[in-house]
Amino acid sequence: MPLSLLFASCLLIAALAFLMGRGKAFKSAGGDIRKLHSLPGYYGWNSALMVLLPSMAALVIWLAVQPLVINSSVSQMISTQSVEASSLDLIMSDVRRVAEGLNKAVEAGAMTEAEVSGATAESMNVRERLGAVGVALGSDVSNETLQAAQSYRDLSATSGLLRTIAVLALALGGLVFGVVRTNKDFRARNTVERVILGLLIAAASIAILTTVGIVFSLIFNTVEFFKLYPAADFFFGLTWSPSFGGGSDLGILPLIWATLYISLIALAVSVPVGLFAAIYLSEYAAPLVRSVAKPLLEVLAGIPTIVYGLFALLTVGPLLVDIFGSNGVLHLGWMQGGTAVMTAGLVMGIMLIPFVSSLSDDIINAVPQAMRDGSLGLGATHSETVKQVILPAALPGIVGAILLAASRAIGETMIVVLGAGAAARLSMNPFDAMTTVTAKIVSQLTGDADFASPEALVAFALGMTLFVMTLGLNVIALYIVRKYREQYE
Amino acid sequence: MTQMPGTIKAAKMTDTKISARNVQVYYGDTHAIKDVNIEIGSRAVTAFIGPSGCGKSTFLRCLNRMNDTIDICRVEGNIDLDGEDIYDSRVDPVQLRAKVGMVFQKPNPFPKSIYDNIAYGPRIHGLVRKKAELDEIVASSLQKAGLWNEVKDRLDGPGTGLSGGQQQRLCIARAIAVSPEVILMDEPCSALDPIATAKVEELIDELRENFTIVIVTHSMQQAARVSQRTAFFHMGNLVEIGDTQDIFTNPVDKRTQDYITGRFG
Ligand SMILES: Nc1ncnc2c1ncn2[C@@H]1O[C@H](COP(=O)(O)OP(=O)(O)OP(=O)(O)O)[C@@H](O)[C@H]1O
Ligand SMILES: [Mg+2]
Repeated sequence: MPLSLLFASCLLIAALAFLMGRGKAFKSAGGDIRKLHSLPGYYGWNSALMVLLPSMAALVIWLAVQPLVINSSVSQMISTQSVEASSLDLIMSDVRRVAEGLNKAVEAGAMTEAEVSGATAESMNVRERLGAVGVALGSDVSNETLQAAQSYRDLSATSGLLRTIAVLALALGGLVFGVVRTNKDFRARNTVERVILGLLIAAASIAILTTVGIVFSLIFNTVEFFKLYPAADFFFGLTWSPSFGGGSDLGILPLIWATLYISLIALAVSVPVGLFAAIYLSEYAAPLVRSVAKPLLEVLAGIPTIVYGLFALLTVGPLLVDIFGSNGVLHLGWMQGGTAVMTAGLVMGIMLIPFVSSLSDDIINAVPQAMRDGSLGLGATHSETVKQVILPAALPGIVGAILLAASRAIGETMIVVLGAGAAARLSMNPFDAMTTVTAKIVSQLTGDADFASPEALVAFALGMTLFVMTLGLNVIALYIVRKYREQYE
Repeated sequence: MTQMPGTIKAAKMTDTKISARNVQVYYGDTHAIKDVNIEIGSRAVTAFIGPSGCGKSTFLRCLNRMNDTIDICRVEGNIDLDGEDIYDSRVDPVQLRAKVGMVFQKPNPFPKSIYDNIAYGPRIHGLVRKKAELDEIVASSLQKAGLWNEVKDRLDGPGTGLSGGQQQRLCIARAIAVSPEVILMDEPCSALDPIATAKVEELIDELRENFTIVIVTHSMQQAARVSQRTAFFHMGNLVEIGDTQDIFTNPVDKRTQDYITGRFG
């Protein structure tokens, strides 16, 4: 039975269980809801969950385990010579492809079931026959592969049947169990709530486990990289010049330098502007202005960063060249091309303005009205109150907001890819093109890199460095923000 | 001594500090204070009592124009401080509030040190030129507020680290530090325990010598203990004002009687 049908039948059984459970609960209470421990719906849900939980769990586990089991039993059919000539992974993917092709051919009516199971490489040109139904194979199919594919198909079919039986049996068993258990004193509400709690916990753990998984894959690959490339050269190297032929210099310092330089410019733009905007909006703006301006500012935050990147590339860069370039209005000749640290920094600053302003706005608004009243009541003017009471009270929170903005700036990719240039360089001139950690991660992994070479693996080491930096900033920021919150509670 | 308008019962008073005539306050369309006439005597404690929502706080906040900070609030009528209309366009509400200080229901120390809390007002108003003078003001304000002995060793500690009662006395000290002429207190003891309340009441009694004090309270006993004159508000109207003793023993209006005997509110 196909997966979707199986799933649908489980749902159907669950719906049935719901109705039966609810009905039975009703009947056991003699139609008087007040005699039931829980509302009738809970009994229904309880029965439905008894159907769904075990059957779906079994289905998921089966789906995860089946390919592993089949793979390992089929791969025993592959002789060691062929494994040595190629690799087991490649052969197995051939096997799967042939097996799928055969399935398709049977479905399309191009082959009969008997033909497929009786086929040998000698008796049939598998490549040609499969090509006819639209499955292209890279090479002729060896007898061994064909045999393996046949057994792969058989195993899959058997396992599919078993799966259907097992899941349906569990679903029906659940139905019986759930409905039999239902009577007026059964605590259906508590059971259902426990199940829901379990679901919530599962959702939370998925999020956490994924993070852990990401970190581990980063660590694993980083360690791989450091086996191929000395860590000291990576962390303290002053040149970055990867060449895929080998013998590259992979020093991170120029990248870190550019990253920090660009972030600094971005913060220099976004912090004052964002903060002043927040002060104006939360303290001075009339309600009407605020109700228009605040959403508008937040729209800025919703613009995809690639759009900012284009803005940097097409507008800000050329504009800066017109001013600071050798033919620019100032005749300074500081800037050679449109892509530069300054270009990326300015645009990133604009991107961060709404981020800083909306966080700061929340924080300023969180300063209690009593604080304002206290200051105004002493004869302070509004701006004295803002300067001397509200901002100091909000300062830790604002610092936290700035650190969060900094960690976003450090991790930003699209704007620097488009706006900052591609050359790694250690330079003080903000009008030089430089490139950042994130931009290099992109360029090291795109293209035909061999994933086992240090030139590709370095991306993970870069990613790990970035991860540690932003994590550190976030931790500090959250710590500060939280500490500040405690003050008023 | 000024002559008081008709409806209000005459009572012996030293001097009139504040006099309000035909005051109306609106919050948008809500008419919160209706035609209130009142005289508040100098160097005495006047208590405002009345059921919740009757407009005590609203009227109190008119006296130092704190209502200006509420957008939808509109005040009409005349309020004179020492014979000058405080709602005159030439009066700067900020300077007015330096003369008419306020202590709020919930202690609201700034998240600064104890010292800086007290020094805040004098600094803003440029009352001092030298650090020594400021030290002097801080010390004397804390002494007047009866807090000096408890905090003199921790002036650099945060004001928010004090207990609720200490915080409230800190706020009173903060108000005193700008040497106002009038201190408005809106239920200053409602967040305090009986011991802290007793201390604050004692303090109010001492402050009476130098300041004019108006206090809003929900406690009859407190009004009776600390005030010389009591005003009873009801649904935005000033029902009755008179010597505290008279109000509590011999109220003229039926509503006042019902309220102080606990029949409503
Ligand atoms: N900021 C405001 N906006 C709108 N209406 C308000 C505002 N403040 C007070 N009011 C209204 O004005 C009336 C008087 O309120 P006020 O706070 O002066 O009462 P109160 O006597 O101090 O009460 P309580 O003893 O509970 O403090 C109430 O009806 C209240 O709803
Ligand atoms: Mg009040």
